[in-house]
Amino acid sequence: MTSIEVRESAIALPEPESDAVGLEAVDVSAWFGTNKVLERVNLSMPPRTVTALIGPSGCGKSTFLRILNRMHESVPTARMAGEVRLNGEDIYDSSARITAMRKRIGMVFQKPNPFPAMSIAENVTAGLKLTGTKVSRSERADLIERCLVRGGLWNEVKDRLDEPGQGLSGGQQQRLCIARALAVNPDVLLMDEPCSALDPTSTRRVEETIAELAPDVTIVIVTHNMQQAARVSQQCAFFLAEMGTPGGIVEAGTTKQVFEAPHDPRTADYVNGRFG
Amino acid sequence: MTAVLEPLREDVPRELERVFTPADKAFRRSATGIGLTVLVLTAAIGLFLGYQAIPTLHRYGLSFFTQSQWLPQQDIIGLAAVLVGTVEVALVALVVGFPLALMTALYISEYAPAAIKGWLVAAVDLMAAVPSIIYGLWGFFFLQPQAIHVSRWLAQNLGWIPIFHVDTDANSASWAQTKFTASAFIAGLAVSMMVIPLACAVMRSVFAQAPLGEREAALALGSTRWGMIRTVVLPFGQGGIIGGTMLALGRALGETVAVLLIISPAFDIKPNILEVGTETTSALIAGLFGEASKAQLSALLTAGFVLFCLTLVVNTVAAVFVNRSRSGASTEI
Amino acid sequence: MMAADLDLPRTITTRSFDDRASWMTSMAGAVGVVWLLFQLSGWSGKLGFTVVWFITYVVLYAIITKVGNPWPAVVDRLAAAAVAGGAAVVGLALATTVIYTVQKGWPAFSHVGNFLSESAAGVRPTAPLYEGGILHAITGTAIEVGIALLLSLPLGLGTAVYMTEVGGRAARTVRTVVEAMTALPDVLAGLFTYATLILVLHLDRTGFVAAVALAVTMTPIVARSAEVALRVVPGGLREASLALGASQVATVFRVVLPTARAGLATSLILGIARISGETAPLLIVSGASTYQNLDPFSEPMNSLPLYIFAAVRSGQPNFIARGFGAATVLLLLVTILFALARYLARPKKGSR
Repeated sequence: MTSIEVRESAIALPEPESDAVGLEAVDVSAWFGTNKVLERVNLSMPPRTVTALIGPSGCGKSTFLRILNRMHESVPTARMAGEVRLNGEDIYDSSARITAMRKRIGMVFQKPNPFPAMSIAENVTAGLKLTGTKVSRSERADLIERCLVRGGLWNEVKDRLDEPGQGLSGGQQQRLCIARALAVNPDVLLMDEPCSALDPTSTRRVEETIAELAPDVTIVIVTHNMQQAARVSQQCAFFLAEMGTPGGIVEAGTTKQVFEAPHDPRTADYVNGRFG
Repeated sequence: MTAVLEPLREDVPRELERVFTPADKAFRRSATGIGLTVLVLTAAIGLFLGYQAIPTLHRYGLSFFTQSQWLPQQDIIGLAAVLVGTVEVALVALVVGFPLALMTALYISEYAPAAIKGWLVAAVDLMAAVPSIIYGLWGFFFLQPQAIHVSRWLAQNLGWIPIFHVDTDANSASWAQTKFTASAFIAGLAVSMMVIPLACAVMRSVFAQAPLGEREAALALGSTRWGMIRTVVLPFGQGGIIGGTMLALGRALGETVAVLLIISPAFDIKPNILEVGTETTSALIAGLFGEASKAQLSALLTAGFVLFCLTLVVNTVAAVFVNRSRSGASTEI
Repeated sequence: MMAADLDLPRTITTRSFDDRASWMTSMAGAVGVVWLLFQLSGWSGKLGFTVVWFITYVVLYAIITKVGNPWPAVVDRLAAAAVAGGAAVVGLALATTVIYTVQKGWPAFSHVGNFLSESAAGVRPTAPLYEGGILHAITGTAIEVGIALLLSLPLGLGTAVYMTEVGGRAARTVRTVVEAMTALPDVLAGLFTYATLILVLHLDRTGFVAAVALAVTMTPIVARSAEVALRVVPGGLREASLALGASQVATVFRVVLPTARAGLATSLILGIARISGETAPLLIVSGASTYQNLDPFSEPMNSLPLYIFAAVRSGQPNFIARGFGAATVLLLLVTILFALARYLARPKKGSR
């Protein structure tokens, strides 16, 4: 029986701190038109943890992720039910301001999408410009350097910050997008299969970046790649959609437990590569 | 041990000939024939007009472009005032039409509820299909009585700027209404109705192609809708915005009937667009060809050729802008 | 956990109560402010009121939003107000055009009995509206457009087929020239026809000559839009047909043209709609007549745009009313053709 190596660092959940911000999904369901795609998903994503959402394709992981920062509703027929609580407050409440919420919950997409009309430096600070956050000139250069360092791109671009963002390779573009998302100082970072379009070297670099970010930012990452989930996450949620039924969480727990001692036979089948 | 085959020949490509059946040959020949016929005919039109320019330019020389009066009886004719008028009307149409077209295109593409979007696109296309004579009627009978009040307000308050100056006392209680009618300004307003749907259609189709990935990236960073438009949609659509506007300019330069219905011909080179009296090339041709002698007809044809060259240049520039932009390849103008 | 909870979607709004309240307050508040302003300053005019109201509304909206919202939110709302305002102006302009034309045309048009079935033969322009009609103009337009179609459709479609199916370097030249000719102002098409057919060939100003002028304008347009319709047909279909052993001519007539049928029909109908309303070339090559003339090769033939032009410039109220009636008919014609084109171009159920 092949088993997945679970790194020691991936085992321990950090101690909760009083000012850390966590995300909670309570009873979340989702529809596209009349087609229900998620059934009552409950998941707690504790602060400063990396939570991986794993499962075969088409079972609603990305939909769930997009519900966490209200991107889901931009699709015309999309609807949802339930609550998503950021630090205890429901982000779907009618008094909530979406743009402020998205500063606290950032997102990195599957396909890197730097803004082509901007240089690398401008891309990094794009989030600040778009949300009207003022940064003094002296702080700006520091911020750009900090974010590019955290995103793992600084050394490669420090001499060409004014060149267009599109001239970079795929892996570099994705790290630029990570730096861009970090510039607004989010509490939570959602990552939707960030490495699926990248080559193995870039993938490794992005995973290193995630590990470096983990102590400061709560990360929720959707991944197809079980080995990646085992490498980077402390907590895992296994999604499954049986034929014709909406998707949902079959089992969730620490990564070590999900991979080495799963409770549900379907989880065991998936993590042992028998399907998916 | 495997047998080794002797090579037949050197490794160079074979010459292959494309063979057509007799039916295909006939088809291709007729299609080519039609294509070349159209080519010859259309080129002939351009060449004919150009050929007509020769006797006129021969006779009047360069003064044809600097003379502003049009007095055929005294053999004094020139295009200066007419060209100025053409440009003035077209510019008014653009200055009014460009922002309106841009706003309408943005509204349809970014703000309109999905349910009515299709209807709005149809409405814009219908607006383009309405014949220009109907806009001419609207401009003359409906818009003009109200627009002269706007002209008057502009003359009253901004009359110190030369283009808004009108040679009358705009402040008096019984102000001379006839001084504000039949102006380049009002003709430009009517022409703007024709160019708005044209520019709007190009801009809208370009905005619709702005990549979803970049839009989502902006929104996910906490941007407002306008922030996303400014960062993603407008830069992407630059080529279409400029191309659509140039296309509109080309149309505005050549518009005939609406201008003919509204303006009162006057051959002065003046910047005062609010004042009565102006003339454009196409209105000149349509208005004067009836009583034209052979020489005057040649002059009108020359004027037409100049107009054609102008619109040709503008349209070509428009096509270049659209094709060169990121959105170029799949947008038709 | 309440298992009996109904799992129903939430109504989510991206506009909060704050959004709605500030918007309505600004709109209403601006009305009040501007009304007061107009009372005090003595300004007048409906147009002026609307313009000042809009400006005041935007200013108020900005001020209200600034209280308690960050700057990007203010800019966002202002932009939304401006964009919606611009679109509303355009919509209003279109609406007033259509409504005004129909409104002024109704007095003449409502006399359906005579207006659409009689010509103006023997009827003075100042005669009351229950006498005479525009049948001669309607048939004139129909005949002239029909002949123009007969001339430009084969040429335009043939050129389009040449450009897409045969291709080659010469075809690129043809395309460049054809595109250039779509820039030809319509008045020049008329002038060209006048200078050649009438002056050089000494033809009379008949319906046929008018149709030629229309065809000159129409051919490049038909060629261009037909080419677009043909280009959209996927190359894979052509390859599949050839791979089955079909000749090129069979591929074109059995596969490409039928696939492009809807697009071709649309471009054709839109071309017809455009040509029906062309006035400038007709002003030059056409003579107006008052009697019904069905022969395009002799005697002048009237047409709708020409009739409208003469009528509205005459200065006589009844004639102007008739002109608007004709304009209504023209508008109706264009709208019907347009609706037909859209109907034909609709995506078919079940098609890819």
